[in-house]
Amino acid sequence: MSEAVKRKEPLFSPRNKKLIFNPLSKENPITVQVLGICSALAVTAKLEPAFVMSISVMAVLAAANVIISMLRNTIPSRIRIIVQLVIVAALVILVDQVLKAFAYDVSKQLSVFVGLIITNCILMGRLEAFAMGNKPWPAFLDGIGNAMGYAWILITIAFFRELFGSGTVWNYPVMENLGLYDLGYKNNGFMILPPMALIVVGIIIWIQRSRDKELVEEK
Amino acid sequence: MFSNRYIFIYASVMVIIVAAVLSSAATYLKPYQERNIRTEKIMDILKSVKIDADKADAETLYNKYIVEELALNTAGDAISIYKNQGFEKGDLRPFDIKLKTELKKKQFLDAGKKADGEPAFPMYICKHDNKTFYIIPLRGKGLWGPIWGNIALEDDFKTVYGVTFGHKGETPGLGAEIATLAFQDQFVGKTVFDDNYKFTSIDVVKGGIATMPADQQIHGVDAISGGTITSHAVASMIRDCLSNYEAYIKKQVK
Repeated sequence: MSEAVKRKEPLFSPRNKKLIFNPLSKENPITVQVLGICSALAVTAKLEPAFVMSISVMAVLAAANVIISMLRNTIPSRIRIIVQLVIVAALVILVDQVLKAFAYDVSKQLSVFVGLIITNCILMGRLEAFAMGNKPWPAFLDGIGNAMGYAWILITIAFFRELFGSGTVWNYPVMENLGLYDLGYKNNGFMILPPMALIVVGIIIWIQRSRDKELVEEK
Repeated sequence: MFSNRYIFIYASVMVIIVAAVLSSAATYLKPYQERNIRTEKIMDILKSVKIDADKADAETLYNKYIVEELALNTAGDAISIYKNQGFEKGDLRPFDIKLKTELKKKQFLDAGKKADGEPAFPMYICKHDNKTFYIIPLRGKGLWGPIWGNIALEDDFKTVYGVTFGHKGETPGLGAEIATLAFQDQFVGKTVFDDNYKFTSIDVVKGGIATMPADQQIHGVDAISGGTITSHAVASMIRDCLSNYEAYIKKQVK
């Protein structure tokens, strides 16, 4: 592609739109690439931490993608992983400090998992696979897209786990207000435990694949 | 290809920039973080006397209900008294005492080693509903990290009015249950001294207090199934911390 053609490309060209929307479904980091499962299990017992975690990952991923993409021609390939790690680690520490200062309760709930964003495979995967070879704007979109793909799965899991596990949605007592407890309904304590998150992810993957046959591997 | 020289310079410059950014962020955000920690401490203290405070009114409620702060030495004398926003004696604000440091000093002195000054232990006196409560902060070692809490005694200095426990990283579902009301409510009404004011503390009993002699059950609570080490840690935390106040309490009840 020549320089002139590139400059004409609009901000939201079909190619750029794909960067945002593909990770939501066809290239979803959790359900298709099966990355970032660890945090998907750990922080999804309630909606609020899942939401904050998603926002944190989005901030870190988008910023890291842009920074790495801007530096991509100066980074010596021999130390590129170290450079990526340092930048991700710095951003994660920043997010952690900001949460501690302005969202203390949530930061206590997320505890080590904010720090573990560093080891989230989605981040290193996107930096290595996309940001190292693309311009900052597409890299930014790619970061947002992948974080959104991660976020909606997280939030969906958290919604079901909180609803059936604690009977609430965003701490609002839905089940109690519906009067289900009076009818003998009981919260399912199993939903709060991490293994149930895996089962919910499994169900989401199942639904996704039965609707989109392209994702089903040929034998 | 980049030369080795380039790589070294690149790495050094990058690390220096990152360090500068992080340290300035940490410095800038520190006051906000410290305020959060302080508010949490206040909320915990108030919670032990069953006053529910939220972030906004914690400071106001604290000033309203906590009428006096004492710093006590192990002989049971107040070395510092903080009352009505001013010092009545000494110049060490009991609220600012770091219990961890003081317990370490005590431990060093007990072991016959030199410590950095005499340990001072904080106590908060609360007036609420025409009753006086004595709140003693606790700190100890759990299974995976520190555990802490507050214990509020009634004005006979032996009956527990309320407790709170917190932990850094006890096992969820097992040891972490110490932070739940179900566990903490067991302590209410138990006594830390017997009728002759002999220090008994409160034991956290594996197998349940039903295994204790009937007259001892007032000094015990049920341990958490599957959380034995954390349960023991809670018991020894209460024993270790309260024993520092024994001398003071004996003087008060005489």
